[in-house]
Amino acid sequence: MSAITRDEVAHLARLSRLALADDELDHFAAQLDQIVGAVARVSEVAAGDIPPSSHALPLTNVFRPDAVRPGLTPEGALSGAPAVEDDRFRVPRILGEEE
Amino acid sequence: MSLIRKTAAELGALIAAREVSAVEVAQAHLDRIAEVDGRVNAFLHVDAEATLAQARQVDESLAGGESPGPLAGVPIAHKDVFTTADMPTTAGSKILEGWRPPYDATVTGRLRAAGLVILGKTNLDEFAMGSSTENSAYGPTHNPWDLSRIPGGSSGGSSAAVSAYEAPLSTGTDTGGSIRQPAAVTGIVGMKPTYGGSSRYGLIAFASSLDTPGPFARTVLDAALLHEAFSGHDPLDSTSVDAPVPPVVEAARQADVAGMRIGVVKEFAGEGYQPGVLARFHEAVDLLESLGAKVVEVSCPAFSYALPAYYLIAPSECSSNLARFDAMRYGLRVGDDGTRSAEEVMALTRAAGFGPEVKRRIMLGTYALSSGYYDAYYGQAQKVRTLIMRDFEAAFQQVDALVSPTTPTTAFPIGERADDPMAMYLADLCTIPTNLAGNAAISVPCGLADEDGLPVGLQVMAPVLADDRCYRVGAAVEKAFESRWGGPLLSRAPAL
Repeated sequence: MSAITRDEVAHLARLSRLALADDELDHFAAQLDQIVGAVARVSEVAAGDIPPSSHALPLTNVFRPDAVRPGLTPEGALSGAPAVEDDRFRVPRILGEEE
Repeated sequence: MSLIRKTAAELGALIAAREVSAVEVAQAHLDRIAEVDGRVNAFLHVDAEATLAQARQVDESLAGGESPGPLAGVPIAHKDVFTTADMPTTAGSKILEGWRPPYDATVTGRLRAAGLVILGKTNLDEFAMGSSTENSAYGPTHNPWDLSRIPGGSSGGSSAAVSAYEAPLSTGTDTGGSIRQPAAVTGIVGMKPTYGGSSRYGLIAFASSLDTPGPFARTVLDAALLHEAFSGHDPLDSTSVDAPVPPVVEAARQADVAGMRIGVVKEFAGEGYQPGVLARFHEAVDLLESLGAKVVEVSCPAFSYALPAYYLIAPSECSSNLARFDAMRYGLRVGDDGTRSAEEVMALTRAAGFGPEVKRRIMLGTYALSSGYYDAYYGQAQKVRTLIMRDFEAAFQQVDALVSPTTPTTAFPIGERADDPMAMYLADLCTIPTNLAGNAAISVPCGLADEDGLPVGLQVMAPVLADDRCYRVGAAVEKAFESRWGGPLLSRAPAL
């Protein structure tokens, strides 16, 4: 089963926000096809009535008291930012020209 | 004996008794790093001045009558995936090159409070994804036993640093074997605590339901002392277990398996296992029997599907976790020339900043979570995870602990599996079931393989929150082997 094509990798790369070069698409297509072929073995397990586990321990939601506590300062939060303006993260254009 | 050859327990006692200063101990390790790390490449960041300043502070506290704990003044190296407010943190990735986190991870903060002196940050596979440390953006780390071979991964810088006597202790993280496998192939001790027993706060996330911080050391007791120093409930990590830390130090001192029931997992054998690894493993099993343990064979049929289940679950979680590297708030930004949109800049940055293995896993996870594939891949893998947990539960009704080889082979040559992901993934064959089930497991040295003279690890697995059993069995094996060998395994490593 499985056939990860070059087009499929291009689609996955778009969804993953990875601007891949053409040669990378070919290389990853072959490797992902091999990996997906191998991990597809999970389908051999008869697990129809088995509940899925997202987590190893039976933890439920954990709450803390709604008390004020120290957080990051604006300087701390912005200290690693690629670009800063007026105590804010400066980001490239978010909306398209026509929007 | 030189300071760098001493155990952490010995160093802590000498420093506490003020027979040697924390500054002298730190300087001895900094000298060793300067001498050998050009060849080993265990460290990504070392700041000798900052290290000595920390050591001076410990000496002053001790002079003032304060005692922060048994490891006060003992040097430590941190895997560069734990945030450190006073040092860069890269996760082995170009996307975080030069980044200085605004806060400390709980693990680093607690160890500072316990008086441990940070030597630096160690190399790793990018974002802890790999089994060889070759996926680091900063070049591979070399195995101190044979510099042409891998030191394991992803915590390969931490294993190499301890194995090369550059540090007596180090931290690592174990998502699919990233502490136990590097410990095994470098001839040292590495422990994956019970999931939730050690805090993930400030740990750069790979797969959040699996990531577990843990210790590396040259002795089982040292690993237990470090384990105890950073463990315990952390309100800043919502998956932290609110339970007492298991009595790991006491168990490491007990070092006795008489009357324990120990299971050998039938499924961990066969194709892909190196004969020399299996020979050392069987010797360790015989040893346990001679020490008074009752050994039985147990079957865990779902373990055969652990590797495929893991390589669906871990990439799925990674594809979600690594979405935070968006070139907006921290880290690299590429292509922001005023004409490109935020989304284009994001895609260019991620393509430039992530290495091939990270890209593969992000895309694999994106695929497994896609509509139309979700049930067949991610959903089915989660069901297999349940079956693996049930296999462990059934096994632990029959036995107190399980044993297996830690890895199917000894350290392989650098480059051998670098562009063959499936071959690389096989290194985690025996370690992955424990990550999926969340229980505890340790790797301790059990000899050298006949074929290549390289270290082999014995894995000891225990139930959730029974971490002390790993230390009890590990320490018994260590004691018996060292008396047979006439010293620790590491003393047989070639001089660097």
